[in-house]
Amino acid sequence: MLDPAGPAAHSIATLWWVMLITFTVIFVFVMALLALAFRPAGSGLVPAFAEKVWIIGLGLVFPAVILLGLLAYGLWIGERLMPRAGAEVTRIEAEARSWSWRFTYGGDASRTTQNVLHIPAGRPVDIAITTADVIHSFWVPRLAGKLDAIPGHINVLRIEADIPGSYAGLSAEFSGNGYDNHRFTVIAHGPEEWQRFLEGDQ
Amino acid sequence: MNALARHRKLTAIWSSEPGWKGWFSTVNHSDVGRMFIVTAAFHFLVGGILAMLIRAQLATPHSAFAGPEIYSQLFTMHGTIMMFLFAIPMIEGLAIYLLPKMLGTRDLAYPRLTAYGYWCYFFGGAMLLISLLFGIAPDSGWFMYPPLTGRIHSPGINTDFWLIGITFVEISAICAAVEFTVSILKYRAPGMTLAKMPVFAWYMLVVSLMILTGFPPLILGSILLELERAFGMPFFQVELGGDSLLWQHLFWLFGHPEVYIIFLPAAGMVSTILPVMSSTTLLGYRWVVAAAVALAILSFGLWVHHMFTTGIPHMGLAFFSAASTLVAVPTAVQVFAWIGTMWKGSPTLRLPMLHILGFFVTFVIGGLTGVMVAVVPFDWQVHDTAFVTAHLHYVLFGGFVFPVLAGIYYWLPLVTGNRRFFRLGEMAFALIFLGFHVTFLAMHWVGLMGQRRRISTYLPEDGWTVINLISSVGGFVMAFGLTLVLIGILLNLAVRHRARRNPWRSGTLEWAIPRPSAAYNFASLPQVNSREPLWDNPVLPAELARGDGYLGDAATGRRESLMVDIATGKPEQLVIYPANTRLPVILAAVTGVFFVSLLVKIYVITPFAIAAVAALGWRWVWQLGSRQDLGDQPIGHGVLIPPIAEVSRPPGWWGSVFLLVANATLFGSLLFGYAFLWTIAPGWPPPAFMEPSLPTMLAAAGGVMLAAGGTAIAVRKNQNGSNPAVAISAALTGALGLVVAFAMMLWNAPPAAEHAYNATIVVLGSYGLFHATLTSLMVLFLLARQRAGYISQRRRGELSIVMVWAIYLFVVTGLIILAVYLPGLVG
Repeated sequence: MLDPAGPAAHSIATLWWVMLITFTVIFVFVMALLALAFRPAGSGLVPAFAEKVWIIGLGLVFPAVILLGLLAYGLWIGERLMPRAGAEVTRIEAEARSWSWRFTYGGDASRTTQNVLHIPAGRPVDIAITTADVIHSFWVPRLAGKLDAIPGHINVLRIEADIPGSYAGLSAEFSGNGYDNHRFTVIAHGPEEWQRFLEGDQ
Repeated sequence: MNALARHRKLTAIWSSEPGWKGWFSTVNHSDVGRMFIVTAAFHFLVGGILAMLIRAQLATPHSAFAGPEIYSQLFTMHGTIMMFLFAIPMIEGLAIYLLPKMLGTRDLAYPRLTAYGYWCYFFGGAMLLISLLFGIAPDSGWFMYPPLTGRIHSPGINTDFWLIGITFVEISAICAAVEFTVSILKYRAPGMTLAKMPVFAWYMLVVSLMILTGFPPLILGSILLELERAFGMPFFQVELGGDSLLWQHLFWLFGHPEVYIIFLPAAGMVSTILPVMSSTTLLGYRWVVAAAVALAILSFGLWVHHMFTTGIPHMGLAFFSAASTLVAVPTAVQVFAWIGTMWKGSPTLRLPMLHILGFFVTFVIGGLTGVMVAVVPFDWQVHDTAFVTAHLHYVLFGGFVFPVLAGIYYWLPLVTGNRRFFRLGEMAFALIFLGFHVTFLAMHWVGLMGQRRRISTYLPEDGWTVINLISSVGGFVMAFGLTLVLIGILLNLAVRHRARRNPWRSGTLEWAIPRPSAAYNFASLPQVNSREPLWDNPVLPAELARGDGYLGDAATGRRESLMVDIATGKPEQLVIYPANTRLPVILAAVTGVFFVSLLVKIYVITPFAIAAVAALGWRWVWQLGSRQDLGDQPIGHGVLIPPIAEVSRPPGWWGSVFLLVANATLFGSLLFGYAFLWTIAPGWPPPAFMEPSLPTMLAAAGGVMLAAGGTAIAVRKNQNGSNPAVAISAALTGALGLVVAFAMMLWNAPPAAEHAYNATIVVLGSYGLFHATLTSLMVLFLLARQRAGYISQRRRGELSIVMVWAIYLFVVTGLIILAVYLPGLVG
């Protein structure tokens, strides 16, 4: 996820770096306060704060302000990543089982692939995820976050690859002995190649 | 009588039997607390060895050290042991040992229950360790998600060990929580108002209430999953109207409060130790208490943040994301109150303080990464990766293990009476601190690079080899440091090197007891006027030993203590405790037979085990009380108060009220599950609803009204001095009628294995049947006690206890009838 290759993964990676920097500053600040507690008595280095400063200022107001900002930012990103209807969107069904994945294209039960997911590059793709047995999770780290495959439910995840290429996919929910190798590959095609794939010529 | 004679006399009254036999019959909180701590430490050792095996496996790619079958058991048992067999019992042990001493009293509210809780923990833990020894341990991850844990995908006995063993162990947590709540509210030194309580007691009060409301969802979930596995009742099978998400909700309804249940006692220790190490008082005591309460309440509103990737609608996630980040506010209040305390005082770098600094560094990082994963889109990426594993270790090791180590070094002189003479602890701290951060910082990073949690191996091309190796080396450094801690503690126990009575110059009452600690704690009970009684009066220990406080004469030869008014701390009742008995260990063993019969599926034994538990329970309560009125008793300083047998709210009343809080939460979780399946599970509505049955409803309504009404009239009659026997008999008739009504309901219930609705009806009916039977037994007990002369106008407490249960029965019967028949009536 530190090497994003799609819009969702990009915005989450940015979110990570923003949080890392903010929180490092906060951490250093708290540690400095902690270290200053050991300043020699009467050194006059820093004046003592009143109880109100510690509790209300630092304890209540300080985190509340930062959290509100962060929460709004996270919500905004989350909303943007939601699968919204649109003409450009391709829908592919993904069914997990222990330990493989089957992908069905265009609602056509005969057009399926096993353990290889073909998508068009540069276009949003909605993956409708479910499972035939236990809980699994659909995750292509470089493209987007993960979403669980839960029996009886269909969860839809929006992914998109910026450029054609091959991306590693994983199941990220422990599922027993074959879990280690419960992987798949995502192949993102350019427009012509994708058309050829859809026509059944792969 | 001089101090030494008083010490000898009190020791004779309060001591356990000498030698190892004493372990089985002791009910003294100091003994049982130590047994808890030692057993929990042993489990920590086992869990730690498992962690080392996990790190050995992951140190290199393509590791052939353990195959996935074994590896799954390793990480499942590591998590399970650390959470359920180490952290919670360690808290229980420390609090059992410390609370009465800090509160200035002689024991907890229910000494036999303390021992029973310990033995349930011991036997339940042993079940899990045995499964590990034979290689048939649970292997589906410590949160046991179905359908992986259902019988189709996990046919072996492994999962049953978890569900049954952990439920057995949870009995001890519920017992301890009831006991702490009542003890903190009612068993304190005279004059100790709520605002003068040591801050640790406040934290434990909050934690106990959290256990009472946080553990029942897990217990319910375990029962339902075991019912599915054993009898095919399909609560979590989507084809038959169940839903695997129900488990996740129940599990995390417990699981998230659990994190705070572990953190808050540790925070209580920091709030206790840090001011002493800084020679000052805690900054913002009231704010800190309020923050702990706020944290407890908020913690019940964020369980869904473990389920951000399960496809819950985004706006729903937003609510839980907000609640999850909000939790950082009361945490920040505490952290800054602690740092402010250090600024106010003059902190010194003694060993407990080192561990508190370790706590600060680690916990602040863990808190910040916690805010990160509370932000939904980020969690979509890191969920179920090593990043989350690393985060939770920062929170739990930082927020629990470091404070506990600080606490161990701080209170060790109290337990052993010795002081350290090697500087081994400082070396150990350095290794632990260094090793920990190397291990888990590396793990954050490898998680961001895409390493999932729970994989047994990885490929060289993944590019994680070096980081994992560094992480493993760090882990072994940390293990070495922890071993040094163990050696240091053993040396402290073994080598007699007398410490001063109050080596840290603390102000709280636990340092006023004889050294090493005596079984009776206080030769006489102090009058408390502030939060730091020892700072007000440095010679208090000598005065108490001289018998200047309350109950100083040891005249009756019984174990005596005081119950006080909740708010003011004014003495209210004279407590007379039961003495040493093997009843707790025997009852726990029989309870164990019940659980083992379910585990090995030899159900013919089960009814006998239940009957034996009931018979022993009967004997347990029969031992209390008195056949004559004693009248108000002198407790010293001219104060006269009634003994607990002669009040309307005896300890059993308080215990019943808080036990019913847990019970109501369990029942509420069951109704939640019913509503959840109804609205969320795909296979609803069921093929047919339960036919409303007029005879059953009438029998239930009549029975429960007679049971509750009869008990109420019995209470009234006894109050007025007339004979309550007829009213009690009427109540018994009503309760038995209710038993019949619930039996009819179950008889007419549709086949439980066919649909989750049917299964839910059966569980609701069984819950009613169980409570109707229990209340029948209680009323029968009342009748027998009345005949035997244990009940009089003054000795009225047992009636009021049964009244509480009768009211509860009344309420749940109404709700069960509605839940079972309303859909059929409407539909």
